[in-house]
Amino acid sequence: MKIDSQGMHYKVLNQKINEAVIQGITDIELFNVNGQRYIGDGLRKEVRINVHGVPGNDLGSFMNGPVITVNNNAQDAVGNTMNGGKIIIKGMAGDVCGYGMRGGKLFILKDAGYRVGIHMKGYKTLNPIIVIGGNAGDFLAEYMAGGVIILLRMFGRNDHNNIIGDYLGTGMHGGTVYIRDGIDKKKLGKGVGVSEPSAEDNMLIEDIIKEYAADMGLDAGKILNEKFEKLTALSTRPYSKLYTY
Amino acid sequence: MLYKNPYNNYFDYVVQRDMDKCIRCKDCVTQCSYDANFYDEERDLIYSLDSNCVGCMRCSTFCPTDCIRIVRNPDTFRINANWKDNNVKDLYKQAGTGGIIITGMGNDKPYKNYWEHMVIDACQVTNPSIDPLREPMELRTFLGRKPDRLEVNKDGDITTKLAPQLVLETPIMFSAMSYGSINYNVCESVARAAKELGIYWNTGEGGLPDTLYEYGKHTIVQCASGRFGVSPEYLNAGAAIEIKIGQGAKPGIGGHLPGEKVLEGISRTRMIPVGTDAISPAPHHDIYSIEDLRQLIYALKEATRYEKPVSVKIAAVHNVAAIASGIARAGADIIAVDGFRGGTGAAPKSIRDNVGIPTEVAIASVDQRLREEGIRHQVSLVAAGGFRNSSDIVKAIALGADAVYIATSALMAVGCTLCQQCHRGRCAWGITTNDPELSKRVNPEIGAERLVNLIRAWSNEIKEMLGLMGINSIESLKGNRDRLRGVGLSEIELQTLDIKQAGM
Repeated sequence: MKIDSQGMHYKVLNQKINEAVIQGITDIELFNVNGQRYIGDGLRKEVRINVHGVPGNDLGSFMNGPVITVNNNAQDAVGNTMNGGKIIIKGMAGDVCGYGMRGGKLFILKDAGYRVGIHMKGYKTLNPIIVIGGNAGDFLAEYMAGGVIILLRMFGRNDHNNIIGDYLGTGMHGGTVYIRDGIDKKKLGKGVGVSEPSAEDNMLIEDIIKEYAADMGLDAGKILNEKFEKLTALSTRPYSKLYTY
Repeated sequence: MLYKNPYNNYFDYVVQRDMDKCIRCKDCVTQCSYDANFYDEERDLIYSLDSNCVGCMRCSTFCPTDCIRIVRNPDTFRINANWKDNNVKDLYKQAGTGGIIITGMGNDKPYKNYWEHMVIDACQVTNPSIDPLREPMELRTFLGRKPDRLEVNKDGDITTKLAPQLVLETPIMFSAMSYGSINYNVCESVARAAKELGIYWNTGEGGLPDTLYEYGKHTIVQCASGRFGVSPEYLNAGAAIEIKIGQGAKPGIGGHLPGEKVLEGISRTRMIPVGTDAISPAPHHDIYSIEDLRQLIYALKEATRYEKPVSVKIAAVHNVAAIASGIARAGADIIAVDGFRGGTGAAPKSIRDNVGIPTEVAIASVDQRLREEGIRHQVSLVAAGGFRNSSDIVKAIALGADAVYIATSALMAVGCTLCQQCHRGRCAWGITTNDPELSKRVNPEIGAERLVNLIRAWSNEIKEMLGLMGINSIESLKGNRDRLRGVGLSEIELQTLDIKQAGM
């Protein structure tokens, strides 16, 4: 099903998408998208939504199931508190993407903004994944409690020295961040430890990168050629000594 | 340096035991979850380690021979009007540990309580009072956005499309307490009571355990900055969604569930590791402005197809009226304002006792501001933060609230004795603990029954008070400040509350 979103208010557009999903349509193609918010918000069906144009904030927030592909840049809060499904951004994405993410995958081809993947969660088999092909801004993985973030640093706007923001993983108490091609320790937040990925980690990275490369039309082998570093929380209770009673 | 902390000797309570009456049943030993009572087998005596006693009264309540008295420790620091006991103790504690002092429940400092300086009007001669026992009395309350005007067709049917509303059989709801801060049995007690009473309970920010989804129609689900348990199923399970911006006990800081309380069930619902502190960020990091708040309000409305009212809960702070105006304009259907006497499962003491303003003045100023701006009908106002009885509630509604949230008084109905140890996860009354054995001390059936009793009693009292004012509907009391008078308040206080001096 094709929807021309030209000049359409988000409420109308999302109503159309929702009606289509209720009808049982599984492939939806949106044209002339221009900043409409909340596309895919709260959808709980396994549908495919292909977006042409730049979608607005909160793309795919709270959703559980759909696969959304954006063929351009996206804006802020992509995958906000998302529960399951997949969002593929074939460009850049804005701030606070994947906030409180609980499951599913968020693949970004190029740069992501500030505070991406903060307060990501995980529980046993529920394991949200974010892959960023370019740079990330400050506070990546802040308060991270679970899940996986992979930062590839391939398509950055900035020079190599400034390729990731400050305070990486501040307050992290769970989950894992993998960074390709080394990390300047000065960028790390307090309480984050750096280690070599284990064989198991490398298998996980390989699986995720193969899927990412296939979605983005990249060569997985080229991405996996570089070494990865693993960041984890040094303590699951980083602030326990801060309090008394 | 050899140093003994004087704090250890100057504890708050002494457990006095009449050994002539004691039958060595050891109930006090098993009941105490803070290791204050112990049995010496050799001498066949029961002793107490007074420094461990928190004054929760669990042992004295359960002593079958009534031989225990928990009394305030007469041994005090040298009397000093400036350095009060708690100042001295807190200082020693911090010198010993270097920690931020964490405490539980609400602000216990002797700030002026405005409920106690307001009196309610009654009918005499010139207008008849109503007898609520024999005449109809309406307490039903609707929360949500009301239309600018109502259109009716020839048949008398309303043709205006109404925004979704919460329907309360009495203007009282159970305020947010998260699963984790209170245990499952207490959550179930509250949920059951809400269902039976035709009101709502609030999940707080800890998510909703699967087995409580059946109470969804009477549940307000919360979405806080930590986004714990916020799945699309959760959002759709509730009757309304509440965005928690702030809490009266700790305005400006995030939630804090100490790691001691994060056991398996809580880890699963919140999706965080076992034993970790569940800390919510101080702000929602997708909300740095009113415009951003609007974005989240509509993200939640979109996710639930505009079928549920969205509430925004804020702590009562200095600028609360202007903030509430912004929230109303951002599209919220309900605003909950939580005053500084509101409880908490864990908060830094310095913040709990010193930050925020009383709910009385906050409600008065928010209601006033929204009326002045002509947007009062667009949003319902819920007052929270330390309601102790039905007259507090009547006064809050007369000041402009549509309904109130209660939590501390609800926990007291289930057994809480205000010992302020919620953060330790060892609650002897089985409320703010997730320990499987201690949790059994609350039976959801009995807990629910006691909550229902309390709200029924208060509702009947509210009806009595409405009747004596000659009002037969709670709606006619809302914002009816002429029914209140101030006693012992300064002119500026009367002006802020917008009520007259008694006698005028």
